[in-house]
Amino acid sequence: MIVGLLMLSSTITSLTVVLIVFFLFKEGVAVFEKKPVEDGYTIVINKNNKVRKLTSEEIKNIYDQKTTFWSQLGAKHDSIILFRVEDIANFYTEDQIGANFENLPSCLSSIVDSIPGIIAFFPEKYLAKNFKGKQLDIDKVSLKEFFGGEEWYPTAQPSAQLGVKPLILGTLWVSFGAILLALPLGLAAAIYMSEIADERIRRIMKPLIELLAGIPSVVYGFFGLVIIVPIIQKIFNLPVGETGLAGSIVLGIMALPTIITISEDAMRNTPREMKEASLALGASKWQTIYKIVIPYSISGISAAAILGIGRAVGETMAVLMVTGNAAVIPHSILEPMRTIPATIAAELGEAPSGGLHYKALFALGCILFVITLVINLTVEFVSSRRKGGNH
Amino acid sequence: MYKLESKHVDFFYGASQALKDINISIEENTVTALIGPSGCGKSTYLRLFNRMNDLISNTTIKGEVLIDGLDVYAKGVNVDSLRKKTGMVFQKPNPFPKTIFENVAYGLRVNGITDEKLIQERVESSIKKVVLWDEVKDKLKKSAFELSGGQQQRLCIARALAIQPSVILMDEPTSALDPISTAKIEELVYELKSKYTIVIVTHNMQQAARVSDKTAFFYLGELIEFNITRELFTNPMVERTQNYITGRFG
Ligand SMILES: Nc1ncnc2c1ncn2[C@@H]1O[C@H](COP(=O)(O)OP(=O)(O)O)[C@@H](O)[C@H]1O
Ligand SMILES: [Mg+2]
Repeated sequence: MIVGLLMLSSTITSLTVVLIVFFLFKEGVAVFEKKPVEDGYTIVINKNNKVRKLTSEEIKNIYDQKTTFWSQLGAKHDSIILFRVEDIANFYTEDQIGANFENLPSCLSSIVDSIPGIIAFFPEKYLAKNFKGKQLDIDKVSLKEFFGGEEWYPTAQPSAQLGVKPLILGTLWVSFGAILLALPLGLAAAIYMSEIADERIRRIMKPLIELLAGIPSVVYGFFGLVIIVPIIQKIFNLPVGETGLAGSIVLGIMALPTIITISEDAMRNTPREMKEASLALGASKWQTIYKIVIPYSISGISAAAILGIGRAVGETMAVLMVTGNAAVIPHSILEPMRTIPATIAAELGEAPSGGLHYKALFALGCILFVITLVINLTVEFVSSRRKGGNH
Repeated sequence: MYKLESKHVDFFYGASQALKDINISIEENTVTALIGPSGCGKSTYLRLFNRMNDLISNTTIKGEVLIDGLDVYAKGVNVDSLRKKTGMVFQKPNPFPKTIFENVAYGLRVNGITDEKLIQERVESSIKKVVLWDEVKDKLKKSAFELSGGQQQRLCIARALAIQPSVILMDEPTSALDPISTAKIEELVYELKSKYTIVIVTHNMQQAARVSDKTAFFYLGELIEFNITRELFTNPMVERTQNYITGRFG
């Protein structure tokens, strides 16, 4: 009976996990089924234009007026003329269009027909039955533009930019910055607690550090925003203090308890006889620490570091509050950055359910899942080596 | 002059007294066995000579502990260099998580020796002294954990010999070993005697009888009898010693 209950609950747990992962990937992968143009909209050109297909990046360059001649896209040397529905007023009067826009489709049709270099973006419902232009074929979101694209601007018109590189890089910069700060500090604290501090001090420090792990992340974010961000702004004389560095510092502090407790445990597992043997050979306390204790517990220390990174990679709230959230490829830790979890948290509420943006956020979730999975597998691997006694 | 001496030594863990007025004098190049029931203070006494008890907080020592006539607990004694004069072998083989070679080289490296040729020679001669060379010479780069328990213990002795101590302190070095490995270690102790002064804790009275020149019998923190081994085992002067060696208690 009890065995049955236990089995049932573990089955439910595993099923839930599988279900979540399945749901995440089903929604996430669907982004590659989508076109990067808003549903119900179309992009049209003159019928004599030889261009048939454009990628979202090419569309973006046209609308940013970086591409100004069709010849740059392999067609005739016409200059590109941008047309939005609002521009109709330059061609027709309100009377001609009609009070209920009943003539709008035919107006649009003749405008597109009369200007050879035109590119127009408007809702599909205004497409005339005998439309005299050509609808552009838009490529679906490709893996290349998703992972290679350098811009994350999922609500851009007419074509969304779904490059995740700035977000992945932002996540990695902030996380590695955090670990770079937290690892030396955490190791020093772990060494102090396991090898130097006497039992009385340890009994005070240990609960304090565990308390640090229990503080909600918003509080860390708030602390970062009020204390760390202004300090960074002042020290580096920056226009804004919300930077990757601020995120790294806050995350570093948040990763400290994990790093300290796990590596301290590993160090305390060093057999006393081994330390005594080292000391008995005339090694000093410090020599014993870095030649015996640290090598002996190195797999535990690596596990601590990796788990610390894992904590940093997945953290959302605190990062969202202090990193400035600019989705651009970072060049230095002193720039605003945006991480994957922060992006999901900030944007999911605004993304229409089932739309391109929504699916793109799920795809981000998949990336995050894969990153943390790799981290966890690495921990598994490292600690299984430890259990194997491979010292 | 005696090699090792203790004069009126009392030792306390916190408030509890583990050694009471211990007076022992040990001559150079002899083997001294410390016997007695478990908890009687043998390890505590042994660890006085290389100040290993310093690692335990809240301990006090009274009296004098001398090596070559010098008080090891005197002010200004450098504990690290004191420990270089003594090699210690522990109850369980405790090689480092390093290669066989690096285990033996460890004591040299931490003492600042960087001449690789000298290290090489010292490692080889130390391993030869414990009659392990033929067994490990082809796998010096392998982990010390790949050796058998008996081999590991001999490696630990080699490790202690490499720093060229004059005293070797052994705390029940064979208690975790099989009879064949034990015999090898005992033979080794006998051979090492010509160059070193050895103190060996053992709970095995046959072992004490086989390897030692003199034996000290401890009981409840007191030294009950200290005599030439053969005398102590054949003709004990104190009744408690008699009872212990004939197996009536302990
Ligand atoms: N680290 C310690 N802290 C407190 N008491 C100890 C410690 N080590 C040993 N003792 C006590 O000191 C006494 C002698 O112990 P020990 O020297 O280990 O005996 P033996 O080696 O003869 O078995 C025992 O009563 C033991 O409980
Ligand atoms: Mg003992």
